[in-house]
Amino acid sequence: MAIHRIALTVNGEYEQVDVPSNMTLLQMLREKLALTGTKNGCNAGECGSCTVLLNGEPVNSCMVLAVECDGASVVTVEGLAKDGVLDPVQQTIIEHGGVQCGFCTPGILISSRALLDRNPDPTEEEIREALVGNLCRCTGYLRIFEAVKDAAARQRALVSG
Amino acid sequence: MVTKTETREAPSPIGVNVPRVDALEKTIGAAKFADDLQFGPGLLHARIKRSAYPHALIKRIDASKALALPGVKAVATGADTPGYIGLYLQDRHIFCRDRARYVGDPVAGVVAVSEEIAEQALDLIEVEYEPLPPVFDPEYGASPEAPLLHPDLGKYEVANFIFPEPGTNIANHFRIRKGDVEAAWSQCARIIERTYRIPHVQHVPIEPHTAIAQVSESGKVTLWASSQSPFAQRNLIAKALGLSQSQVQVIAPYVGGGFGSKAGVSMEALAVVLAMKVRGRPVKLRLTREEEFYTTFVRQGLVAHFKMGCDSEGRLLAMENRFYWDGGAYTEYGVNMTRAAGYSSSGPYYVPNVKTDSYCVYTNHPVGGPMRGFGMPEMHAGLEQCIDELAHAIGMDPVQFRKINCIKTGQTLVTGMTMHPTGLSECLTKAAEAIGWGRKDPPSAPNKRRGKGIALMWKAPAMPPNAGSSAKVALNEDGTVTVSVGGQEIGQGSFTIAAQIAAAALGVPYDWVRVVNMLDTDTSPYEWQTVASRLTWSMGNAIKAAALDARRQILELVAKAWSENPEDLDIIDGKVISYRSEESISLKNIVVYGISLPDDQGWIGGPILGRGNFMPTYVTGLDPETGQGPRAVVHYTTGAQAVEVEVDMDTGKVEVIRGVAAFDVGKAINPDMVKAQIEGGLVQGISTALFERLALKDGVVQNASFVDYRIATSTDTPRNIQAIIVEVPQDDGPWGARGIGEHSMVPTIPAIANAIYDAIGVRVSEPPFTSEKVYLAMQEAKLVE
Repeated sequence: MAIHRIALTVNGEYEQVDVPSNMTLLQMLREKLALTGTKNGCNAGECGSCTVLLNGEPVNSCMVLAVECDGASVVTVEGLAKDGVLDPVQQTIIEHGGVQCGFCTPGILISSRALLDRNPDPTEEEIREALVGNLCRCTGYLRIFEAVKDAAARQRALVSG
Repeated sequence: MVTKTETREAPSPIGVNVPRVDALEKTIGAAKFADDLQFGPGLLHARIKRSAYPHALIKRIDASKALALPGVKAVATGADTPGYIGLYLQDRHIFCRDRARYVGDPVAGVVAVSEEIAEQALDLIEVEYEPLPPVFDPEYGASPEAPLLHPDLGKYEVANFIFPEPGTNIANHFRIRKGDVEAAWSQCARIIERTYRIPHVQHVPIEPHTAIAQVSESGKVTLWASSQSPFAQRNLIAKALGLSQSQVQVIAPYVGGGFGSKAGVSMEALAVVLAMKVRGRPVKLRLTREEEFYTTFVRQGLVAHFKMGCDSEGRLLAMENRFYWDGGAYTEYGVNMTRAAGYSSSGPYYVPNVKTDSYCVYTNHPVGGPMRGFGMPEMHAGLEQCIDELAHAIGMDPVQFRKINCIKTGQTLVTGMTMHPTGLSECLTKAAEAIGWGRKDPPSAPNKRRGKGIALMWKAPAMPPNAGSSAKVALNEDGTVTVSVGGQEIGQGSFTIAAQIAAAALGVPYDWVRVVNMLDTDTSPYEWQTVASRLTWSMGNAIKAAALDARRQILELVAKAWSENPEDLDIIDGKVISYRSEESISLKNIVVYGISLPDDQGWIGGPILGRGNFMPTYVTGLDPETGQGPRAVVHYTTGAQAVEVEVDMDTGKVEVIRGVAAFDVGKAINPDMVKAQIEGGLVQGISTALFERLALKDGVVQNASFVDYRIATSTDTPRNIQAIIVEVPQDDGPWGARGIGEHSMVPTIPAIANAIYDAIGVRVSEPPFTSEKVYLAMQEAKLVE
């Protein structure tokens, strides 16, 4: 298996990583960079647990080869909080009780962040659509929707304030 | 002077919606799950060779080619696992020996330097099988014509409340004989007789099963696992391998969803056996999503026959039930679910005459395990539809019918036990009110029809009579508190409840309490298992006792230092105060370093460590012929659920628009988390009602992926769920609390079935109520062309 040296930005840090051709972005994050916040639930692009932002877009990192990420910018759940301040979606998912076992939570947070980046005032319908690829077996989703709505409101208040 | 009444008004965290102790870590990606633990470059990887036959003799296994593959370190087979394993009935070898009993049964395992090489090696292991006739239907399996799957059933070690029938495939037969059913039928005005086939479903935790095992040269076994049951795993694995429990250490980080699938022992023992072959090296076994679907515990299939009758005034007079549980190849839990369904077989109703036969039958299907509700969702699915039909049959409103018959405080249950105080009637009234029972709202579109349905439930913790809990409460230098428990945080919120109970019993602010979040059987106090919705009640009692023990030690210490009586002292908000002298001292410093005596006379005290335990002592055995006994279970949590659905007449699609649920939890330690359980359970219930069925064809799972086995997504959740808390205290629960985790999905299938009937006048009785099934039923009833 050929080994490739790639360079990319992960959570704002410049990284150089040697990756085999068949290594996924998910494997690289978890095994090469020990960023285990991104979870592996199916390894088939079906559950959304491994969602990360790749150049700002949400992707299932189990479906992306690491070599494709040369020069890319990646944000994982570990990169959402900045200088000890939680992202609004992190803050509101705690406050609304949208976390139970926590395994799907990183993927849900990343998908929610991506939604709010492209749509600062989503309807519940739009939130449901944005999260349809993130399976959660514990919460029944409703509290997550409330958290995203609340995060959107707080974010808008920050921007306008 | 400070009075007791005043100071006791200091805020107690009981009944308060404090934030979860684990939420922040889980939100920033810091919470560790089994697959996140780091083992360095020495880590080896395992894969499992599985039987492709549902039932076959294993004639020969040749692993020489696999062992010759570069990178392969070891192969294990049934030759390495002569001992038996099993929670209630020890009927299984860790790897198959002479016989494979389901498609997926572990036949051999490979350890290699990478997962890829281990996977390649599986194909190089040659296994010669002699296929045997299989059993795929539990009712057929229980018949004398069926091939025998466990010829050694009579030799297996078995718990004294499980009754296998050697020479048959019946792994447990539980009977209820109460009153005289035959005589009662003649007094019935109406009788309903129905059969339901409830399909297998899967638990589908989003975190796959993961286990890492390491065996030292000295023989010490360490197992890191995604586990609801570290102590049960330690015990069962030690026994199966002929080790002492003290030689096995199980370490369990956060669990990414369990729902029962990570209770007892399943794949974890495979990792241990493989690690024994490569001493010193850690070996990781992580199931693929496909393996999650076809090799882990399933919710058993059920064939249930109900016959029930009532008099002209709607009073239930008799029930006759026959349950055939599809226990699967082995019965880790199936035998006890069979028992639980038996002793709860009247449903939450007072019925004077009951005859029940509940059979756990071996089949060549995946192993039946516990799943949220432990047999109750499957049993209630049919029972609560029959109740509905019976109500309609005598022309009575289904809510009224349930009001008359539902179990009430002091009534005699189906086992002869007396019902403890229960708020079931209140749950029923509140759920009916909240859904707007009796009011028919117009559908959202002309091609849709709307309906409402309701169902009741009850469920007792199903466990050995003496399942125990223990806890430690240690104080730190600054007065903060570290609570150690052996019960797991699987998402239900047990650690938060633990912190609330410790804070309240000790008298410190909630945010002073930390709960140790990596369970370790070498250091955590014993807990039977994280199952049966028993932690808030049982572990809660142990934590409360441990906190009170620490409190007593602190008060005695301060009383001695102040020359006062401990009875005059209290701990409020982290300070010891005296009601007599009005002295006050912070816990800070004194709980570790003690207190210095005046005039340099030395010190008293020392580090404070409280310990506590709890074990129910009052559960009695039941007569094997009649199922009668004074106290079958510790208690029942009861509740009611109602839903409003819309059925699309063009497609048959059922949408749950609104759900309401009321449960009697005794006391909600954290009301918001109780509501979160009620909501999450309702949606999981909707998922099993509308979408889920593990499709088994000739023993082979046909839909082993998230694409083919659909669970509820964000777009399937109802717009609105209303959770209602009823609190009729449990006499031996902490602050009166009893469990709620599983109960919330028990009545959902029949509530939806009854709502579909209300909407279209057709009964679509067997889940999942897919668009196709509903449409075909409407076609048959000539509702649509």
